[in-house]
Amino acid sequence: MNTLAAPLFAISKGCFAYRANNVLQDIDLSLAPGQFYGLIGPNGSGKTTLLDLLTATRSLQSGQLSFQGRPLVKYAKKELAVRIALVPQQFAMGFDFTVAELVLMGRYPHIPRFSNPTARDLELVEEAMAVMQIQPLRHRLITDLSGGEKQRVVVARALAQDTEVLVLDEATANLDIHHTIEIMHVIRKLVRDQGRTVIAAIHDLNLAAAFCDQVIVLKNGRIFKAGPVAEVLTSRLIAEVFQVEAVVQAATPDHPPQIHYTLS
Amino acid sequence: MTLKPPLILMSLTLFLAVAIVLATGMGFLAIAPLEVIQILWAKALGVGIGEDMNSTFPFVVMEVRLPRILAAAIVGGGLAVAGAVFQAILLNPLADPYTLGVSSGAAFGASLALVLGILGITVSPLVSVPLLAFLGAMATLAAVFALAAPDGRLSSNTLILSGVIVAAILSAGIGFIKYLADEQVGVIIFWLMGSFVGKTWHDVALTAIFVLPGLLVMLYFARDLNIMALGGRTADTLGVESRRVKKILLVCASLMTAICVSVSGIIGFVGLIVPHLLRLVLGPDNRLLIPACFFGGAILLLTADTITRAWLPTELPIGVLTSLIGGPFFCYIFRKKQLGQRT
Repeated sequence: MNTLAAPLFAISKGCFAYRANNVLQDIDLSLAPGQFYGLIGPNGSGKTTLLDLLTATRSLQSGQLSFQGRPLVKYAKKELAVRIALVPQQFAMGFDFTVAELVLMGRYPHIPRFSNPTARDLELVEEAMAVMQIQPLRHRLITDLSGGEKQRVVVARALAQDTEVLVLDEATANLDIHHTIEIMHVIRKLVRDQGRTVIAAIHDLNLAAAFCDQVIVLKNGRIFKAGPVAEVLTSRLIAEVFQVEAVVQAATPDHPPQIHYTLS
Repeated sequence: MTLKPPLILMSLTLFLAVAIVLATGMGFLAIAPLEVIQILWAKALGVGIGEDMNSTFPFVVMEVRLPRILAAAIVGGGLAVAGAVFQAILLNPLADPYTLGVSSGAAFGASLALVLGILGITVSPLVSVPLLAFLGAMATLAAVFALAAPDGRLSSNTLILSGVIVAAILSAGIGFIKYLADEQVGVIIFWLMGSFVGKTWHDVALTAIFVLPGLLVMLYFARDLNIMALGGRTADTLGVESRRVKKILLVCASLMTAICVSVSGIIGFVGLIVPHLLRLVLGPDNRLLIPACFFGGAILLLTADTITRAWLPTELPIGVLTSLIGGPFFCYIFRKKQLGQRT
């Protein structure tokens, strides 16, 4: 996949306001297929809102947003559901579904209303559970799992949806470092081996630096900068956007760029 | 779950049929189950009944007991299904149809119908009670929505809170109607406690016309309800029109509640306990849970009504009975659930 291909998402002059507060303003953005995008920015900078716009759970109040060359609003919900999957940060489930039932829900847009899942559907569910290493949990109730286990189930649910675009809203924020790195590796592999596109809001800048191809930096509802990781993640940008002093250690063939914060 | 869903539903249907036949035979005048079947068979085919049977039996079965029993079954099924749907929409397994204030709205409308005579308006209560109950329920639902959703989103916490607020105002309204009713206050109080005394085929038809199609609509959206358990944002990205489905099902469940309340008065707790118990046994999949709730609710209310009618020395309002038995039982499950979640 190359970045010269037609854009997957294109936003021009995008604005979104929530009760008279401008949450996003003048967003011009073009996202290419087959890339891992990291979305970074301080709390309240509009990251979640931007992801909501891309998944069509909210719509722009002015400006244009197109997906694969067609306005996003023209797509039926079912059409988008087989193309874009979301992994939310918050997940509360009050009902006792089993892990396997929950992962199977990812196949919902692919299964007609009164039909049973096909062998292919069940195969994708198995694959997704294997990738997330939750097969031993298959008969456990979702309400009995720990926060980290639940989040792996939610990621598996999105993987089973088998979409070309995966949107993650701080999907690893509640996970320990081991599972965080594991999930990021899985997602990195989806982009590298299968040419899928991932857009992930990430708080941990080192994580973004290590796994993303491109980063989009939001500040106060505007795009501050967007581009390849090495170009964008500089100590100057971190100081300007996050008001934190940091030293960025350049990437080597074996190591991604590393950010060391000055803690004072 | 080891049993197949069709098998579960078939057994529940059979169980309900047996319960209807047994209940029809019970009462002051005992009729053997076989004789009940004989009468039903003869009426269905339009042929005569054997000469050896007591000649009052067919009348007792067809005109007195069966309408009451069927009304109880349909109301029980309707309330249980409405409860299951409210719980699925509000994402709260402990929510109940009354938390949205819909029942209070229906009760307010129906009480108003009972005192219309005092205000000099004469309408047959056969029409005015269900009509005003329905209008009351829908007006309440509209008020709750307006209160809960100024920004167009329907969060479950605000919906429940708005429901409680509106229900509180309505219960004051019902109190005022009782004060106005003066001599008729006994009728209203008895009706508010819930009862199936004197139900006719007219009541059976009225409930069936609304509850059965409502049930079909709910079955159609059962799978979407499962997905909506993931939360609105995720459900939307899975292709569910969650706001639309929420509204359709809220109206549907409110309509069912209103019709049930207008026929039987307030029978609390069925809509809370039946879905809750069945969910513990069958799991949360609404495609099985919703039809199972219909049968479960029907069997429960029919049994409870038969106990008050045939066993107890004096007839107790059924709403009182269900709450007396069910309330403490629910507390027990609730407590167990709370303790289970902590460990």
